[in-house]
Amino acid sequence: MTRFVLGRIGFYTLVAVLLAFFSIPLLWLVTAPFTSDPTYEVKVPDFTLDNFRAVLEHPYALPSLWNSVVLSVGSAVLVVVMAALAAYALSRVRLPGRDALLYALLLLSSIITGTAAMVPLFQLAVELNLIDSQLGLILILTGGLLPAAIFMLKDFMDSTPKSYEESARVFGASPLQIVRHVVVPLVRPGLATIAVWAVANVWGNFLMPYLLLSDVEKQPAAVITYTLYTEGGQANLSMLSTFGLLYSIPVVLMYLFVSKKYGFRFHGGIKR
Amino acid sequence: MAQAISPPPEVVREDGPARGGDSSDAAGLGRVRAAVFVAPALLLIAVFLVFPALWVLYLGLTNYRLTGVAAAEPQFVGLDNFIEAITTPAFWNSTWLTVEFVLGSAVIGQAVLGFTIAWMMRDRRGPLKRAVEGLVILAWILPSAIVAFLWVALLDRDGGTLNAVLGIPGFAWLLDHPMLSIIIFNTWRGTAFSMMLYGAALGNVPPSHLESARLAGASGWQQLRDVVFPHIRGHILTNLLLISLWTFNDFGPFLLTAGGPDGRSEVLAVHVYKVALQAGELGHGAAVSTVILLINLVVAVFYLRLLRSKK
Repeated sequence: MTRFVLGRIGFYTLVAVLLAFFSIPLLWLVTAPFTSDPTYEVKVPDFTLDNFRAVLEHPYALPSLWNSVVLSVGSAVLVVVMAALAAYALSRVRLPGRDALLYALLLLSSIITGTAAMVPLFQLAVELNLIDSQLGLILILTGGLLPAAIFMLKDFMDSTPKSYEESARVFGASPLQIVRHVVVPLVRPGLATIAVWAVANVWGNFLMPYLLLSDVEKQPAAVITYTLYTEGGQANLSMLSTFGLLYSIPVVLMYLFVSKKYGFRFHGGIKR
Repeated sequence: MAQAISPPPEVVREDGPARGGDSSDAAGLGRVRAAVFVAPALLLIAVFLVFPALWVLYLGLTNYRLTGVAAAEPQFVGLDNFIEAITTPAFWNSTWLTVEFVLGSAVIGQAVLGFTIAWMMRDRRGPLKRAVEGLVILAWILPSAIVAFLWVALLDRDGGTLNAVLGIPGFAWLLDHPMLSIIIFNTWRGTAFSMMLYGAALGNVPPSHLESARLAGASGWQQLRDVVFPHIRGHILTNLLLISLWTFNDFGPFLLTAGGPDGRSEVLAVHVYKVALQAGELGHGAAVSTVILLINLVVAVFYLRLLRSKK
């Protein structure tokens, strides 16, 4: 009995420590935006909305959020379209060298990271005149996400029954019609997952836009956040906290959406 | 570039005729159309992923610089950059710090903490479990620039919440203990993946085995050692390889300490950035990148062999 009680006490103490460890760093993000003149210290907010005005008035804050939208939606669209086409073809047609290709894709997606490739990517962007080009950055980000996306989507397509395609074919539909009207609706959950995964990835990405976009009007929120807290003396905390909250909310909403709709088991998961 | 994710072993399956004839071309696509479908993706991957990886091997052999004469006409210098790299103390300093960072924050921090949480919450349902898991996952999904700044605020010398909680105002975490700071930061940041992986793995341990161990009088630790660990050995290895790979390539420390003070938290990812893009020595930076690529390759090949052997 004593053993049981001690076990319970130990369990709840550990849970309390874990909850504190994981929540204390986050507290500031939910209190500071609603506090007048916030400092680094977590205080009980007085629920002012003045800080949101500071964000509205800042010349780069809202535009940078828009830039984040452009980059992440642009990359997600390209990733979904290209990965879906490739994954469908690889799933249904035995192209020569297919297995080797899939193996190479898996290998590439794990070894060529932003850290390992930052030097040549920077060079490449200089040579191709893609510095300060959002389209160039979208292409580079898409190239980085595609191998993993193809791999996850092919797996998804493999587990989708082919009987619908077969019956559509019996009724005389052309292959492209079948892909458009039968396959796409069938794999929509998979496409949605990949789209959310790609958006979340690009939304939080710091390194690539930091390297390749030097024009402050084109930089996404990740880079602007970093600039706000590293440059120019005392950081403007009322502005920074509120901006950070606005920048974080979309990711949280996407996570809630995915976990509610599909259950958050990670078929590849969502990772920055 | 975004961190690419390799699917966990559960989703990687060898396909082939054996599994219901996956390759049967149900829509009648044909090889030519199939090749056209694959081509755009492969083209982008070739230009923006494969080519840079190969080019870095070449750049490492030149004296390329960001500015000056060597920027316009780079010269082939053979292995000079590699010799320079491995004879600079800064490189070895960074390598050693990277080992500390990976062992401390991934292998010890994330894996142990992730397993502990998964083990504690294994039989639970309800709000407590949701709260713990939700917070851990939140730390993982928020944008890196934001969480880094949250930790800057938390660890701030004078106004930071941590010093207020611990009652040690003026303690300069980021200046006096930069490595400890980024290790704890990255543990906090990345535990979610391990927690979810071990959560899924523990679901596969047959309850009857645990039950009979308990009836035989095995203590909690003995149950773990004799029943649980043998069952999830593959998951543990997968987990350790993936989180080591990601932590090794993580640029996050830059956002917190920028490698400082005096290079005391300059892990290799930050070292490359400083050498190549801040100091402008692209050739030298490319040589370090090559080393990183090779290490990634070794870990990834090991991981893929593990996946194969599990089938």
